[in-house]
Amino acid sequence: MLATIIQNLINALQWGSFYALIALGYTLVYGVLTLINFAHGDIFMVGAYIAFFVATFMLSAAGLPGWAALALTIPLTMILTSMVGVTLERVAYRPLRRKGAHRLYVVITALMCGLILEHANLALLGASRKAFPPMITEHVYNIGGVSFTNLKVAVIVSAILVFILLQWIVTKTKVGMAMRAISYDKFAVPLMGIPMDNIIVATFVLGSGMAGLAGILFAMSYPILEPYMGALIGWKAFIAAVVGGIGDIRGAFLGGFLLGAVEILVVAFFPSTFRDLIAFTVLLVILAFRPTGLFGVAKTTKI
Amino acid sequence: MLKRYSIQLILVACGGLLTYVAYEELVSLYLLSVLMFMGVNVILSTSLNLVNGNMGEFSCGHAGFMCVGAYVSSVLGVWLFAKDKVFGPPVLPPELALYAFPLVILAGGVAAALAGLLVAIPSYKTRGDYLAIITIAANYIIISAIENLGVIGGSRGFMGMKSVISSMEDVAYLPWMPIWVFSFTIFCVWLIRRYVSSTFGKGVNAISQDEVAAEIMSVNTNKIKTITFMVSSGLAGIAGGLFAYILGYVNPGSFNILKSTEVLVMVYLGGMASLSGAVLSAIAFTILLELLRPLQIIKWVVIPLLLIIVMQFRPEGIMGSRELSDIFPWLKRFYRFK
Repeated sequence: MLATIIQNLINALQWGSFYALIALGYTLVYGVLTLINFAHGDIFMVGAYIAFFVATFMLSAAGLPGWAALALTIPLTMILTSMVGVTLERVAYRPLRRKGAHRLYVVITALMCGLILEHANLALLGASRKAFPPMITEHVYNIGGVSFTNLKVAVIVSAILVFILLQWIVTKTKVGMAMRAISYDKFAVPLMGIPMDNIIVATFVLGSGMAGLAGILFAMSYPILEPYMGALIGWKAFIAAVVGGIGDIRGAFLGGFLLGAVEILVVAFFPSTFRDLIAFTVLLVILAFRPTGLFGVAKTTKI
Repeated sequence: MLKRYSIQLILVACGGLLTYVAYEELVSLYLLSVLMFMGVNVILSTSLNLVNGNMGEFSCGHAGFMCVGAYVSSVLGVWLFAKDKVFGPPVLPPELALYAFPLVILAGGVAAALAGLLVAIPSYKTRGDYLAIITIAANYIIISAIENLGVIGGSRGFMGMKSVISSMEDVAYLPWMPIWVFSFTIFCVWLIRRYVSSTFGKGVNAISQDEVAAEIMSVNTNKIKTITFMVSSGLAGIAGGLFAYILGYVNPGSFNILKSTEVLVMVYLGGMASLSGAVLSAIAFTILLELLRPLQIIKWVVIPLLLIIVMQFRPEGIMGSRELSDIFPWLKRFYRFK
């Protein structure tokens, strides 16, 4: 009994790590720009594909051993993915922001960017699924009836490390302070000599980089890639970010792990087709009781 | 006299022409179905515009309500008027389908309006992006619930609506679907126009401008929100019912978040809070989708790209928040939009 609980807990932590890593990108961008970056789920998908190409190149063309390929793939994928995110910001969002368009038009543009990424991928690479090359051999450990792989542990550990890193960046560094300042008062920030556009680019770099990391880890854990893989996970991660309280990094992580836990528990006790139904109902109930999410602070409206 | 009734006359003439063309089969079935989908899209985009444009909320789960309407009206229609392997022989004589069809579609609308309460009640406390999540979650919940209902086919879908239509055609041979789609489209646009321009409906725009101020000025915001959400989702349900009967087959997968995105695009392309903008952009978007059909998968790269470019040059949509009669003032001679 205890073994089953711990087993499900580990599964939930691993599954929640992906949601948490993606939810983070949503929450960072939202915190700074109050923009729902609906293309983020597809940036995760692009990250997984970039990881696929980089890893295949490293393993076959360069002929590197697995561990070296992995060590090179992770930073390269994160850099390339964050470049995709920054490109979207520069090409699509920034001009609209400059024109002072209504916030929701930027959201629609983000949705369109997501569609372009998905279908351009489908048109370029075809509908066939890609199998991700194995870079490290998976060991299955078994302690007291609880089985876990080294990959699972790596996923959970890296999610926690990312959380600590980002929490440090946002609360302790100058960039983080500028980010919080922008979300606090958008008009006073340029007056204080803070380069707003650079901070926004930094936000996109961080968010998309983490989506790229999630892409590698996801592709290593579930080594099948397809163009629509990012859409559903992206929407769900966004919901997780909101349940945690959007704009707050702790909220994104808590929301991601919560959603992962609910989904794994539902699959453990009910038919798997009930997963979305029950998971979303739970989230809806949480939002009904705490309308601004778990960590969110209700904004007071001045009259 | 003629000036006063010219809009009505034009509409009757258009309806008559459509019926005649469909009856004589002057246009291909393909073109006819494109015209019908255009009507469905007009209903969808105007009804979402009521919430997203006029009331200033961000609802992105419109396809969920469409799904409720589609399933309720098609299951009701098949149960009442058609022989089906799940529901057995028809409950009522199939000849009655002719008269009861609009009621069946309206029943779908009512069911969807009740589903709209799922979003309307949380909206008392939540606003903005948190409400957007509730609508997305509602969309997923509705689809997922129907996928788990094995009786009506689950994720395999539900069919049998064609026999309802053929039993209507047995009684009187007329192109019933185009007629009903046309009349429901006109009904929806008329209803929304009357609702938004009524004294009560002024509160909808007031909420979008400043909810707190509106409440202080004695606007009952909760009541207006409930009614507006219910009207909007009810009309989406009507659109869903028509959609189901046009295709003759529904499955929950066709009402996913992508469909909601399509409707959102139509609303924001037309311009927020512009009824004529919503109608025009729905028509334009449907035509665009059909024109680009030969491109197959590249279509879905080209269309978003076009939209992004449109947004860059006209960040407020085609019409902004103006109406057609504001751009062409001579139209005011024919109709008023107070």
